[in-house]
Amino acid sequence: MWWHQILVKRKNIELNIKELNSNIGLMKDFKLSIGAVLEKAKEEEVGPTTCPSITDLRDWDMKLLQRYKPFYMPFCDLCCLCTFGKCDLSDGKRGACGLDKEAQQSRIVLVACCIGAATHTGHARHLIDNLIEKYGRKHPIDIGGTNIDINAPVSELVTGIRPSTLGDLEDILDYLETEITHLLSATHTGQEGDNFDFESKVFHAGMVDQAGMEVADIAQISAYGFPRADPDASLVDIGLGAVDVVKPVIMIVGHNVPPSIGIVDYLTENGLYENVEVCGLCCTAHDITRYSPKAKIVGPISWQLRFIRSGIPDVLVVDEQCIRADSLVEAKKIGAPVIASSPKNCLGLKNRTDDSADEIVNDLVSGKVEGALILDPDKVGEVAVRTAMQIAPKRKKFKVIPNLDELIKQANKCTQCDECRRACPNDMRIPEAINQAAKGNLKKLAKLYEECIGCSRCENVCPNELQIHSFITKAAEKIMKEEKYKIRSGRGAIQDVEIRRVGGPIVLGEIPGVVAHVGCANYPKGGEEVAEMIEEFARRRYIIITSGCAAMSAAMYKDKDGKSPYEVHSGDFDAGSVLNVGSCVSNSHIAGAAIKIASIFAKRKLNSNYEEIADYIHNRVGAVGISWGAMSQKAASIASGFWRLGIPVIVGPHGSKYRRMLLGRKDNDNDWYVYDARTGERVYGGPAPEHLFYAAETKEEAMVMTAKLCMRPNDTTKGRAIKLTNYIDLHKRFYGRLPDDIELYVRRLSDIPITMKDEVIRILDKKDWNERIIPDPTLLPRMIRKKGQKK
Amino acid sequence: MSYSPWQKAEVPGTKRGIPLQRPEVLSAILKKSKRPILIVGHKSVEMAIKDKKLIDYLIDLAKTSRIPIIATAHIIKEFSNRDFENVTSMPVMDIANRLKDPDWKGLDNLGPYDLALFAGLPYYMEWLILSGLKDSKSLKTISIDGFFQPNASWSTPNISSSKLGDFLDDLIRKLGVN
Repeated sequence: MWWHQILVKRKNIELNIKELNSNIGLMKDFKLSIGAVLEKAKEEEVGPTTCPSITDLRDWDMKLLQRYKPFYMPFCDLCCLCTFGKCDLSDGKRGACGLDKEAQQSRIVLVACCIGAATHTGHARHLIDNLIEKYGRKHPIDIGGTNIDINAPVSELVTGIRPSTLGDLEDILDYLETEITHLLSATHTGQEGDNFDFESKVFHAGMVDQAGMEVADIAQISAYGFPRADPDASLVDIGLGAVDVVKPVIMIVGHNVPPSIGIVDYLTENGLYENVEVCGLCCTAHDITRYSPKAKIVGPISWQLRFIRSGIPDVLVVDEQCIRADSLVEAKKIGAPVIASSPKNCLGLKNRTDDSADEIVNDLVSGKVEGALILDPDKVGEVAVRTAMQIAPKRKKFKVIPNLDELIKQANKCTQCDECRRACPNDMRIPEAINQAAKGNLKKLAKLYEECIGCSRCENVCPNELQIHSFITKAAEKIMKEEKYKIRSGRGAIQDVEIRRVGGPIVLGEIPGVVAHVGCANYPKGGEEVAEMIEEFARRRYIIITSGCAAMSAAMYKDKDGKSPYEVHSGDFDAGSVLNVGSCVSNSHIAGAAIKIASIFAKRKLNSNYEEIADYIHNRVGAVGISWGAMSQKAASIASGFWRLGIPVIVGPHGSKYRRMLLGRKDNDNDWYVYDARTGERVYGGPAPEHLFYAAETKEEAMVMTAKLCMRPNDTTKGRAIKLTNYIDLHKRFYGRLPDDIELYVRRLSDIPITMKDEVIRILDKKDWNERIIPDPTLLPRMIRKKGQKK
Repeated sequence: MSYSPWQKAEVPGTKRGIPLQRPEVLSAILKKSKRPILIVGHKSVEMAIKDKKLIDYLIDLAKTSRIPIIATAHIIKEFSNRDFENVTSMPVMDIANRLKDPDWKGLDNLGPYDLALFAGLPYYMEWLILSGLKDSKSLKTISIDGFFQPNASWSTPNISSSKLGDFLDDLIRKLGVN
């Protein structure tokens, strides 16, 4: 007697027996479900992979990995994770544990993605615990009223659970936490040894991450009343110049919003909101504007240091993720107390959660302590507000930005040693700018402001301890004060009705693509490049989705009429629109939209049917993710969630530091064969999409690649012609010539854009091109429809 | 001259490239190579050397040594603007991925390259790509843009732009003479 699969969940049990041979008899494909899963099964047929284990989708992963093979670029020849010491893995050597360099590199990628998935899932767990305590386990999930039937497409696809209450989300989290534990354990010495298997687990971490993000966002939308899939969510202020510096200012940083909600609630309940300014950076700022449009966003995470040093914040409240580890040190310089509010980021501060608000406020205002750890969001609200109001008149916006004379005096100490430039991620010409500043000319310093990512590595290496980041901030003082823009508050999910409206045009290719700009602010040449890319593709009638820091960067550039992209373009999920879904955890709605196209538009079964849905998306939905300033491990896991769905991701040049690309080889014809689901024949589908994970060197390259990666084997001739028009047009503009791979993307003469017919045909003639069939593409043999055979 | 990585924290592991201090050495390596290729990144258009740009030196190098050029990112347009057409456009990730493959037959289908020269890429990107290629048995790599790349087989040290100009002038002269 042997068991193929037993899946036992904490609150529900599902038992699948492929074959049981006992003295009673032979039993095949026996399934027993008890609890919630059975209840859901009544509503919709359950697919083959409910709560998949770390190997259940391995075959699908290998299909993708055979096509998009990893290209590794290690940071180091060594592995130094165990007490064997450092093992040299160069030139094909294996470490003391037997691991080779490629496996070690993929192991590091898996560690990064586990960190990312754990961060989002841990975020979700803390949020759910908090919301259940406040609103109860039976609080309903509602993220779009009657406009949304499928509240949690990612979670339903992965776990088979269709959550209707906050309590249901706990079941999903139980599964996700189990998987993260297994994945991380696979990175232990003496476990997984094959790089492709590590990569498969990377994909699994990404899938888990997408579900974790979804749980977090649908919970907070439902409980806090954030915009519910609202294309007309409020336009809110963004930019340092939007902050009313006359008022006491509370600066919030991080990702997990309950403490910030506590602040807004306290202000509202006590009639103080007109007296205090609440502003933030990073995703907590996104989420607080979803709760209160009166709150303001300062900017992406790279604005953190410059904003603190400006002296504007009177109190700094930090929660979790992407917060500078030296925020306490920096806040101390300006005399602003810090309130840490997350168990994940205690900053060495004393836990004052059980102390009275009076005591904590007194200690913070008097300067007796420089900060406090408060793990009660409501208490954070009271303490932050009262402290800000009492300390503001004392601080008088004390700042650590030098005045002009001081700056010039300090700049004259510079020895032009180049250490700052050599530490700068963007190789900025800092010594030249300091040299000019020493002579009283701040123009070059001010110019660095746009490209500076705010890491302050320049200061840390300066042998003369020059406060270079503060110099740049001073030089750009006027620019900073004028930073005042509009961003549309995060709308949350995409409505089912929107999917029905545009699903067809997307799948047929008539809307040329869905382009999602997500991620951090580690840009090679400033955030303006994000805004440029967004504007270019919105103008070309792609659907543009934004989230996180990228959504903020897009807002911080105005057109000739002084308007941001969110003021110019509609917030609908439609051609030519620019819609901000919200914070990091709102990224799940982007994956959710792709899944809903397969489920709602194409009527593919959703529940526990990952492989089929991913196959559909990969071959038919022209979606591309761009993370131009990707920096974090979370960005890595977000990307890997898209990879498993077959959605390509482009990163900026700094993204090459993820140390592994997933690259297709368009010159290997055999890699691009698909099954034609109508006949079962294997046919050439073309290199579409050509890559799964790709770092571009310049924004021009990224734009051309974006247009190319939106092509899918399923495109109709009309759709392909539209996509080719964009690809060829952008290529001609930026490269000054036609692309050299057009023959791979023209399947029929009718694919050729009418206005480009002559020049394209000339090329095709030179390359002995012949027309080929347009398949009904799938990578899954079981999807082949033969006469009399069901799918 | 300095042989530490230009971005100082970018230290590699056990294998470190050899600094190219004299153009004669590079000239000899190039002459010995049977299948060299030159990969030129977008920064070659931005990097000023004396009264020219790095890309101008690289075009002269390619003309003199008849090394085929791959222009990465979008800069093939810049070669056309300089009336130099013996160049192929390819994303740097694609060319790196192909160079890693010992079975790749090259742009002309005549066989794999044995020597890849790099110049004008963002420092960290070139660092990583060279790291990805450094264990190749059949390919040697050289960085020639004046920022020391420890993952290359050979690399110019960290030198000023004018010294790099002198180095490249000398190299081109030597290759031209022979």
